Amino acid sequence: MEHHNPLEQFAIQRIVPLHIGGIDVSITNSTVFMVLAIALITLFLTLSMRSGSLVPTRWQSMAELSYEFIGNMIRENVGNDGRRYFPFIFSLFMFVLFCNLLGLIPYSFTVTSHIIVTFALAAVVFVGVTIIGFIRNGAGFLRLFVPSGVPVFLLPLIVVIEFLSYLTRPISLSVRLFANMMAGHTVLAVFGGFVVGLGILAGWMPLAFIVAMIGLEFIIAILQAYVFAILTCIYLNDAFHVHH
Amino acid sequence: MDAAAAKLIGAGLATIALAGVGVGIGQIFGSFVSGALRNPAAAPKVFGNVLLGFALTEAVALYALVIAMLLLFVF
Repeated sequence: MEHHNPLEQFAIQRIVPLHIGGIDVSITNSTVFMVLAIALITLFLTLSMRSGSLVPTRWQSMAELSYEFIGNMIRENVGNDGRRYFPFIFSLFMFVLFCNLLGLIPYSFTVTSHIIVTFALAAVVFVGVTIIGFIRNGAGFLRLFVPSGVPVFLLPLIVVIEFLSYLTRPISLSVRLFANMMAGHTVLAVFGGFVVGLGILAGWMPLAFIVAMIGLEFIIAILQAYVFAILTCIYLNDAFHVHH
Repeated sequence: MDAAAAKLIGAGLATIALAGVGVGIGQIFGSFVSGALRNPAAAPKVFGNVLLGFALTEAVALYALVIAMLLLFVF
């Protein structure tokens, strides 16, 4: 598989062309990896909890740890009101985590390296949290833009700034994940080109860098999933408890 | 100045943002280390916040990267 261009790894390839009523719903490599991520998550959770013993086996420990990790995150950042959103945040975290990690397999495709995928996830979070905020607090939700303890003459400026920064939440949420994934994989592809270009004599230098970079990419994959989930919890907390 | 040259200069100027990001990340971990040396028992509890702060600051660097990419390849 000759890649002349480091950005070629992000190309969407149709595997099963499908058109329904003029809309292109083909099965692409993105689809395959999304389904693979979901299948792996489901297998991991259902098979690990099969034995359901009080003293957990190793796999069951891992499944319970992931459950507790998200449960604690929600309890700390949202409080009791957030418990009903646990399935959503857990699914979001596991999906982003598995998609990020699957992308680290050589010759695979990183689902979250496309802005449209991360934007879809961030838009769901943003619109959902805004709707929840208005349902819970009515018009009082707008008090989110008026922090307490602000002198009155600064209020118009502060409200505008707060409102604009609220509107940039879906953008920052999506671009953070997208840019981390895309930049990481692009750097790996570029240095891979250097390894081939420099040949046997000097090719070990970019190779050593790639080894270190893959380690960093593992950390970033897990960290970005964690950051996405915890920011969702923080935004949800803003919707529930409007007085900061 | 033609558009192609301006794009390249603009993309180069966008990397100035990385200076602020470098200072910010250094600040986060510096204050964590300083706090951990004074109160080692509390260090694991706050490490989650350290990672969150690091990721949020790193994101700003990536916004600058996105702007540079936009300038080079989209406009």
